[in-house]
Order: sequence, then C-alpha cells, then structure tokens
Amino acid sequence: MKPLIYLDNNATTAVAPEVVEAMLPFWTEQYGNPSSIYRFGGDITKHVEHARDQVANMLGAQPEEIIFTAGGTEGDNASIFGVLDAIDPARRHVITTQVEHPAVQTVCRYLKNKGYRLTELHVDKNGALDLEQLQEELTPETALVSIMWANNETGVVFPMDQIAAIVKSQGVLLHTDAVQAIGKIPIDVDRVPVDLLTISGHKFHAPKGVGAMYIRKGTRIRPFIKGGHQEGGKRAGTENVAGVVGLGVASELALAHLEEENDRVRRLRDKLETGILSSCQDAILNGLERTPNTLNVSFKYIEGEAILLMLDEYGICASSGSACTSGSLEPSHVMRAMGVPFTAAHGSIRFSLSVYNTEADIDKVIEVLPPIVDRLREISPFVD
Amino acid sequence: MWDYTENVMDHFRNPRNVGKLENPDGVGEVGSLACGDSLKLMFKLDDEGRIADAKFQTFGCGSAIASSSALTEIIKGMTLEEAASVTNQDIVDYLGELPEEKLHCSVMGSEALEAAITNYRTGAQPDAATEELIICKCFGVTEEQIERAIGEHNLTTVAEVTNYTKAGGACGGCHPDIEKLLLKHAEQKAPSTTAEQISKKRLTNIEKIKLIQDTIEREIRPELRKDGGDIELVDVNGNEVLVSMRGNCAGCQVAEFTLSKVVEQKLREFVAPELIVVEEK
Repeated sequence: MKPLIYLDNNATTAVAPEVVEAMLPFWTEQYGNPSSIYRFGGDITKHVEHARDQVANMLGAQPEEIIFTAGGTEGDNASIFGVLDAIDPARRHVITTQVEHPAVQTVCRYLKNKGYRLTELHVDKNGALDLEQLQEELTPETALVSIMWANNETGVVFPMDQIAAIVKSQGVLLHTDAVQAIGKIPIDVDRVPVDLLTISGHKFHAPKGVGAMYIRKGTRIRPFIKGGHQEGGKRAGTENVAGVVGLGVASELALAHLEEENDRVRRLRDKLETGILSSCQDAILNGLERTPNTLNVSFKYIEGEAILLMLDEYGICASSGSACTSGSLEPSHVMRAMGVPFTAAHGSIRFSLSVYNTEADIDKVIEVLPPIVDRLREISPFVD
Repeated sequence: MWDYTENVMDHFRNPRNVGKLENPDGVGEVGSLACGDSLKLMFKLDDEGRIADAKFQTFGCGSAIASSSALTEIIKGMTLEEAASVTNQDIVDYLGELPEEKLHCSVMGSEALEAAITNYRTGAQPDAATEELIICKCFGVTEEQIERAIGEHNLTTVAEVTNYTKAGGACGGCHPDIEKLLLKHAEQKAPSTTAEQISKKRLTNIEKIKLIQDTIEREIRPELRKDGGDIELVDVNGNEVLVSMRGNCAGCQVAEFTLSKVVEQKLREFVAPELIVVEEK
C-alpha cells in the first residue's frame, strides 16, 4: 500500500486527533441527553454550550446566534427556506450565483419551479462576480440573496464585505455558504454584516454529520426542522453531542491554524501551481482570487477521470470537474459558468490542501503528474 | 468512485493498440470533445480480408479507454462480416463488467467499429448527427440511436437510455421525447430499425473541431493579438461555432465587426462555408 497523499480537502478532511479525543467521552461514558432533568443528562448541556462559544468565537458572533445542524446542506436549506417562510409573502425574488454549491443552487431552482423569480449572477472567466449586476438586480421584491463566500471547485473568494454593503444598503437579507471559507480566510460577522452563514464540520477537521448556522440576532426565520424545543426552538432534534463538541474544538483549531494556512499551506499550493504550470503544456489555471489551499487546473485534450485514476495509482487523491467522475454526464457547472472552453472543462483537476500536507506530498505530485498528462495525450485523438 | 473490475483497470492502465495506422483500410470516428468522450478507430486488412491490425485513440474516462482497448483486441483476426456483428455487449463481456452509468463507453466502441466498417466499404463516414432528428441536443444523440438502443437492449426507462446512449444525461429537456420513444417501442414491440443512413461525406465532428482550432490558431489569433485581443473556442454545435472574445476584444465597440469580418470569414474560408460564429455572452 502506497502512502496516502491526500489533496482533496475541499471534499472532506481528516478529523484532527484533538477533535477525536474531545469527542470520545460522549460516545462512551457521557451518553446522557442534554434535555434530561437529572445531572447525568443535564451536565452534558455545559459541553454543548462550550462548543457554541467556540464556534461563535471563530465567527466573531454571539453564542446565541449559533445553531448546530447536521452539516452544510442542512444549514443552506434551513437558511433559505427558513427566511422565506418568515418573510412577507409578496417578496418572491431570490438572488444567487451561477456557481453555488448544489446545496444552494438546487434549493433556489426548486423555488423557481414553485413560482419564485430567481436571478443567478454571472461570473467572469476568472470566476469573479459582477457586483454591478448584483446592485441592479436588487428590488423591493427581493427576499433573500444567497452567495457563497468561497467556491468549492476553484477556491475563488467573493468579496463578501462589498457584497454585504450592497445588499444591506437595500435592506435585503443576505445568506452566505461559508463552508469552503472556514479556516482558510478570516471570517468575522461583526465586520462583514451577513445575516445568515452556513458552516460544515467535516470541511475543517471535525467529523461528518455536524455543522452550524449563524443567524444574526433579530433575523426573522422559522425552523426548517420542526419538532422539539432544542436549539432555542430553531432546530429540533436531540443534539449530536459528540459531533458538536468536535465542531467546537475544530473551530478553535481553525482559528489557531489560520496563519499557517495563509503562510505555509499557501506556499505549498503555490509551489504545486508553479510546478504543474511550468512542466505541463496546455495547462490552464482556473480561478484568480482564491483561498490559500485550492488549485484548480485544466489539462486540455484529456479527461479528468482518467487523470484521477492514474494519480490514484500513486496514492494521490484529488478531484475533477469532469462529467465522468460524478455520474452526471455534464462537466462542472462552475467551469461552464466561467466559460472554460470545452477542450479544457472535461480535464479540470482540483487539488485542495490542508495543514496536514507536507512538502514531500507536493514534490510527489509535481514528479508524477507530467508523465500522466503526456501518457493520456498520447492516447487522445485531439493531439497529434 | 466507480467500481471498475481488475480487467477494466488493466485495459485502462495498459491499453492495447494505442496509436495510428499508416494507410488504414477503415477509419471510424465517433463522439466529440464537447460530449466528453470520443474514439478514433483504425484497422488494416490482410490478403484474406481479415483484420490484421487495429489501433485506437480515445479521449475519455477510464472505461472509455478500456472499452476502446478491448474493442481492438476483439476484432483483430476477424473477417469484416464477423466484426460487423460485434456489439457493445461483446465489449462489456470481454471486460467482464462495466458500471451501468458507463455502458455508453462500450456503445461508443461499437459505433466506432460500425463507422470504420462503413468507411471501408463506402469510403464514407456516417454523419448521422447532421442528417437525422436529434433528440438529445446536449450530446447530439439521434432518434435512430436511441431507438436502436431501446430495441437492442429492451430498455424501459429514461435512465437506462441515458446509461447506454448518454441521451437525457444533461439538461433533461428531452426526457419527454425519450419517454415517447420508449412508449412507441413498448406498444410496437417491434425490432429495432437497422436502416443504414449514410450521408454524403463531410467532415466528422473531430475533424471539424480540429480544423476550427487550427484555423483560429493560425489565421485568426495572430490578427487579433496585434490589437491586444484574443479569442477562445468555447463549443461547436453542428454548424454553430461558439467563441469567447478576450483581452481588448472583450467589450470592444467593433468586436461584432471583427466577429463577422475576421473570425467567421476565415472559418468559412478554411473550414466550411455554412459555419455561423456566435459570441458567448
């Protein structure tokens, strides 16, 4: 078995050892239900609330503005449906972008089918938004704007401070899917006045199945998951105590590692980028202003799944915007929205790093990738 | 992650018969870059009319490369009559198994073989996509191709049709049309159509795309670059060439003029007179 070189941290991350350690007691001896009246259960509440403090601290929020969820998709659904459920029903216009994660895009298109007017903002070839278009599309009927903070496929970061300034000046609610931004760029809801924000634990070294949403105090929202009184009545269901505790520790780590992410990890990413672009012909960089951990590069005339399968032979894990890897038959909607030519869209590969990556990981990719690209181009009918 | 068999992985890792043949007797090309996969198959016959050698070039995923490799191994040594009866199922059987969603890779193999045999017999490339009713506009799948897949494999659902032909795999706009064809087949229980429709020889998709790329590279881009502009080929859909103007050309007042007077004129001159150039907005 070859050593694992894991460069797919935008898909999921390793659970940090500190996180695992913190969670363990809540699967073993401390299994009480926080809602119970006796101390064996009730004491657990302290740990849940401590985790809430930790998450709030990472985001610059107040603890009572944090709601625990089962992950990013729930947070996005709960934000969008919850806000629309509580707002003046005459406001039936939603603004989003062409490059959102399916957790937002699919929900918005569902709303469109239900009679909402939907605006999907364009991006340019660098993946950047046209803020003038955002300004123009806002109307008194606009109920909600949902724009991701950082893109999962390209790492492109949207200028959320400017977006918030535009949206809030019109008195419209703003939700952001910040799943890919956490731990990579500074997030402070005190400085950037978004109303709702979604995060997912497993993208920053907490386990899968836990996440959180930030809901600014005073925001009118109805619960998406209805039932018990948990989470102040905003999200029913017995707390995923171990997961929540893990999320809290991971939030502390994310804050502590932010500098390393923007220094060492960024340098590793840049080394990978330069190494690939200088040694592979017809390789195109996708996305300009990016999170420090993400590199998305297209190899013209070859197909992504084939590249990934060959990288897998070396224990290298990455992902692709190619149609073939997903089971859908279309290449990535993000690549299409950016106008990446079809000669390159099918051959796009995403490498996403974390603080656990080493220089040796990067050197290995730079060593093995060019021959893989050459080999597949030998097979391709589009290269003479 | 796909659950590829060891045999599929072997043919992907070590594809047999990659490359081109000098003076091939038959050449078949199917698919296109826009579709996400394409295959060029070549064979040469010996004195007794058997396939002495076969080579392929494939753009596509692991199973597309493996299917192409398997195809060449299957047909070597066959007479053309034997080869003509090879189906996509033979390719699947040779490999052991393919994931359902990847069956279209084996279909691409059998279509390339059919095209190559037709090419040998008539000198033509069947260019079905331009002559027949296209049902799936995303992948350029024709009514005939869908009906044939339904008939040969007794397909009953849209998802199955997508697995075999890719039709309906993108925007989904053609699902009602596919359902109509499924219904028609269920009602008739008729054998599939086998009518060969061979159009007059024109450029294949791959040839056309390559020629457009070459023309842009050689004739158009240098002109635009003189003024600090640039152009990128985005897509080719039938005779419609979708381009994106870059650099100084983007947003330039005379970009439209450039598009029709330089880009379209050159492409019509060097590729095909019926091309229409459209700028992607």
